[in-house]
Amino acid sequence: MRIDGKGLIDRSTPLGFRFDGREFVGFEGDTLASALMASGVRMVGRSFKYHRPRGIWAAGSEEPNALVTVGQGADRTPNTRATVQEVFAGLEAVSQNRWPSLNFDMLAVNDLFAPFLGAGFYYKTFMWPRAFWERVYEPAIRRAAGLGALSGQHDTAHSEKAFAFCDLLVIGAGPAGLMAALAAARAGADVILADEDARMGGRLLAETQEVDGKPGPVWAAEVLEELASLKVRLMPRTTVTGAYDGGTFGALERVGLHLAQRPEALPRECFWRIVAKRSILATGALERGIAFPANDRPGIMAAGAVRAYVNRWGVAPGRRVAVFGNNDNAHQTARDLVAAGVEVAALIDVRPGLRVAGDFPVLAGARVIATRGRRGLREITVQTETGPQRIAADCLAVSGGWNPALHLTCHMGGRPVWHEEIAAFVPPIPGKPGSVPGMVACGAAAGDFSTAAALAGGLVAARAVVEDLGLTATEMPLPGAEDGGYTLRPYWEVPGERGRAWLDFANDVTTKDVKLAAQEGFASVEHMKRYTTQGMAPDQGKTSSTAALAVLADATGRSIPGTGTTTFRPPYTPVSIAAMGAGGRAEGFAPQRLTTSDKASRDRGAPMIEAGLWYRPSYFPRPGEATWRESCDREVLAVRAKVGVCDVSTLGKIDVQGADAERFLDFVYTNTMSTLAVGRARYGLMLREDGMVLDDGTCARLAPQHFVVTTTTAAAGLVMRHMEFVAQAFCGDWDVRLISVTESWAQFAVAGPQSRRLLDGILAAPLDDATFPFMGCGAVTVHGVAGRLFRISFSGEHAYEIAVPARYGDALWRDLVARAEAMGGCAYGMEALNVLRIEKGFITHAEIHGRVTAFDVGLQGMLSTKKDFIGRAAAMRPGLMGPAREQLVGLRPVDPGRMLTAGAHLFPTGADLTPANDQGYVTSACWSPVLKGALGLGFLQDGRARMGEMVRLVDHLRDVDLLCEVSHPVFLDPEGGRARG
Amino acid sequence: MASLIDKSPCEDLLPIITPGAQLTEAQPGPVTSVAPFKGRQAATARALAADGLGWPEVGRAVVAPAGRCLWAGRGVAFVTGLVPQGLEDLAALTDQSDGWAVLRLEGAQAAAVLARLCPLDLRAAVFAPGHVARAPLGHMMAILHRTGAEAFEIWVFRSMAGTAVHELAVAMQALAARG
Repeated sequence: MRIDGKGLIDRSTPLGFRFDGREFVGFEGDTLASALMASGVRMVGRSFKYHRPRGIWAAGSEEPNALVTVGQGADRTPNTRATVQEVFAGLEAVSQNRWPSLNFDMLAVNDLFAPFLGAGFYYKTFMWPRAFWERVYEPAIRRAAGLGALSGQHDTAHSEKAFAFCDLLVIGAGPAGLMAALAAARAGADVILADEDARMGGRLLAETQEVDGKPGPVWAAEVLEELASLKVRLMPRTTVTGAYDGGTFGALERVGLHLAQRPEALPRECFWRIVAKRSILATGALERGIAFPANDRPGIMAAGAVRAYVNRWGVAPGRRVAVFGNNDNAHQTARDLVAAGVEVAALIDVRPGLRVAGDFPVLAGARVIATRGRRGLREITVQTETGPQRIAADCLAVSGGWNPALHLTCHMGGRPVWHEEIAAFVPPIPGKPGSVPGMVACGAAAGDFSTAAALAGGLVAARAVVEDLGLTATEMPLPGAEDGGYTLRPYWEVPGERGRAWLDFANDVTTKDVKLAAQEGFASVEHMKRYTTQGMAPDQGKTSSTAALAVLADATGRSIPGTGTTTFRPPYTPVSIAAMGAGGRAEGFAPQRLTTSDKASRDRGAPMIEAGLWYRPSYFPRPGEATWRESCDREVLAVRAKVGVCDVSTLGKIDVQGADAERFLDFVYTNTMSTLAVGRARYGLMLREDGMVLDDGTCARLAPQHFVVTTTTAAAGLVMRHMEFVAQAFCGDWDVRLISVTESWAQFAVAGPQSRRLLDGILAAPLDDATFPFMGCGAVTVHGVAGRLFRISFSGEHAYEIAVPARYGDALWRDLVARAEAMGGCAYGMEALNVLRIEKGFITHAEIHGRVTAFDVGLQGMLSTKKDFIGRAAAMRPGLMGPAREQLVGLRPVDPGRMLTAGAHLFPTGADLTPANDQGYVTSACWSPVLKGALGLGFLQDGRARMGEMVRLVDHLRDVDLLCEVSHPVFLDPEGGRARG
Repeated sequence: MASLIDKSPCEDLLPIITPGAQLTEAQPGPVTSVAPFKGRQAATARALAADGLGWPEVGRAVVAPAGRCLWAGRGVAFVTGLVPQGLEDLAALTDQSDGWAVLRLEGAQAAAVLARLCPLDLRAAVFAPGHVARAPLGHMMAILHRTGAEAFEIWVFRSMAGTAVHELAVAMQALAARG
């Protein structure tokens, strides 16, 4: 029911929304919870375990009960707190954890079995038979339990992440936070003020007290206006969720979740990393309940939340409201209700002999011992000093006191400190081990519960920060405000009553469960938590954990501080994975590196494959070719018979210059590069420091002190890093300079018997063996552009790699392909490139996969004995050479029609297929259209001594089992005559 | 003889304009990496002075009418706008003109757009005009040069231009959608 004339909602803007398919109307400024309450909806969900009817408990993010699913289809978000979700026109929300409907829920039957479902129920019941756990019990439990469900569809919504920096981060925009931000901003500090509410002001919006002679919301609005003018970054709807190293905070901002018309580009949420030199925690406090039998019925609410609904949203949570508490603060609820014209059935205070002035019955020294009402509170029974009394009430406002919202102060391992006077934990002392560096708490978050104390605390905290930052604080008078004392009698549980008294509503934990845990030996607070699931729900026990500790302390005969708290961990409130991983979906997962020939290749319908983030054409299909193999075979044959063109720009290219360049290259390569003549290139091998092969490639000498090193595509970054490390760590005083030129050059392989003829058509001067012999290199002019030419071959054919500045890559590629095609050749892709190199026994990272030595791949001859090089000593270790090693071999099936598979394992013929008999594996396999048979490369124990031997190849994954002949890994032209041409 | 048509790294991708920000391709002209040889840094700086430039401090740019010299990492700077002369024996010189896509992001929201992708403190008091940094942009490495109060140059590998433009465009549009 709405209360006329109350609240901060805009009644001129009605907003239609739906809950469980029913139409409702709320107003601008409403949350889903306040709008439902205004419409008389009391039950909003079913509890997690027993499926008990539950209503709204709180008015903020600590809400344990009112979790709903918002939105539809892929866009739906489960477990949204109705107390946080703002109402907008067209909002669709449904209740959770019920089937078929909220009013009639089949699994409510769980509640009848409650005596059997106590703490540790799973551990006791589902122990036997063992095999049943995964197959039967767990699936059944998972189906029965749980909260809202994901849509099961691909999440297409847009999330965002962002970084922010400031001198001071103020967390919470209540009286303390506003005051702190204002004082710091006036002193010239760069301030961010973050608050999880849509509207800043904190409890000033929920209470009736005045600040500086003005209503709280008016004072807050004025301060916010000044903060904006002082360039303070105001971040409403932003929950600071975690405190991390280096003054970094995680914060989740709701960006589009409250809008009816969300532009497509607008993110749902933004996950902020805020780095602050100092931080002030002004998060206020969270009200806790009191455990009494059946204290979980819809209509039983936190007393402070009742005030918030009345004062901020103009909603009466009931027609006849009772108030039950152990502290003076609860009395304000009764007064506010009366002032708003709501009938107060009784104010029940556990403290005897109390005198409270007000227009309502007061029952001092009394306690609530029973409640009635199946889907919502109807009546309570109060044990008074004169005996039990039944009181009709449809709402019960409960206050067991307040807990400072200190969570963030403990995120780095700090333990809170018990404060006897307010019977609550307060933040750890700043500066103590585990405390968050640079963070100070103030206001209710520090245990100062009056408005005046909050304002003063904010000012003091800000002044300290301002001084710390080397700024000068300005004179600022403290605004006048209520300074009511807060006295309470610690009261956690109504004693001696039968029936379940709930602590953790979200996980259905009762006082009995906690006592049972203690009785069964789970007396440590961390054990009790895990045994009962207390505080493990999405709300993380915000409203219940302190009471649970108190019950545990009582059950184990310890004090509350002696019992201790569980560990506080981020996030403070749930953070969606989509927000944390924002930008990482689909294309955002990794950058796409495109070659200059990319468009031309795609225009020809080439499927692209990714290697080292580069996208390279797999093959170039032609009309009439039904499979990739047909295209690949054609491309291979064209290279062998005519000429083929392939983009090899993706190979890493590193410029190495300086007086010590040759000395440096001798050190990083196993073989000698200092003897290389200008205008010549050489194949080279690099090892890691542990003696295993790092990479291979070529090294070309362009000038006496200028080399260009090539790497494989996938290892380009790795090799650059390795060389930088060697240069900086081992050769710090050498005159050598490295820089990557991978991106600067578009480089194309032109391979095949006709390659020279093709190039002669585009070069300023014709090629000959004298100027460009095999492994020659040098500057050329290509269509008038200065380029480089390398006579190197990865196909075994007479071949060149021609390089031009990348801006000309697209044009040169198109020209080369057109010329090749005119000569009966073609462009070739990765598949053909792979076949060509397997035919020649050339290795790639399929072979040098990180666990092989130079000896294994048959390149032990390249390990120079005349000089030191990276990995030399380690490569000489015993066990890295010799017949026990698996060595590179070629493999051909006895039946030439059968295909080999990479990943298959090799066994001696006639031996059992056991791991002990596993003698090697296949690394590469292909069909050779030239040799008209399947080929493979692999590693086989003592392989080089076993040429001609038969081995059994078995691939359990793909059901391949065939006989192979071991051969030399070079299948074609072992003398290399074709390349030397 | 036919001639080869040159293409810029962001051909067809730019400009992108949203309220508060615009992304265009900068044409920095020739880019040469200059890495002074051992003991030649002072001589390199003197030679650069002939063009009105100088050796930049770490994280800074030297800007002259004819060109710029950007700090680009440990012991290396990028000279753009002109080809430095007289450095052949003093420093390792490498032509980097074709290796980079250079994007110009400007407008009142430029820093806010970058804050979606780059974890640096970009507040003007910390990263002022003339400052240079090597920093991540999303998942890729970039060189960032603040050229004005509301203007940045973003250098990324040429091959990654498409991804860089896409990610910046998403950030620009998301900010614009906030209104």
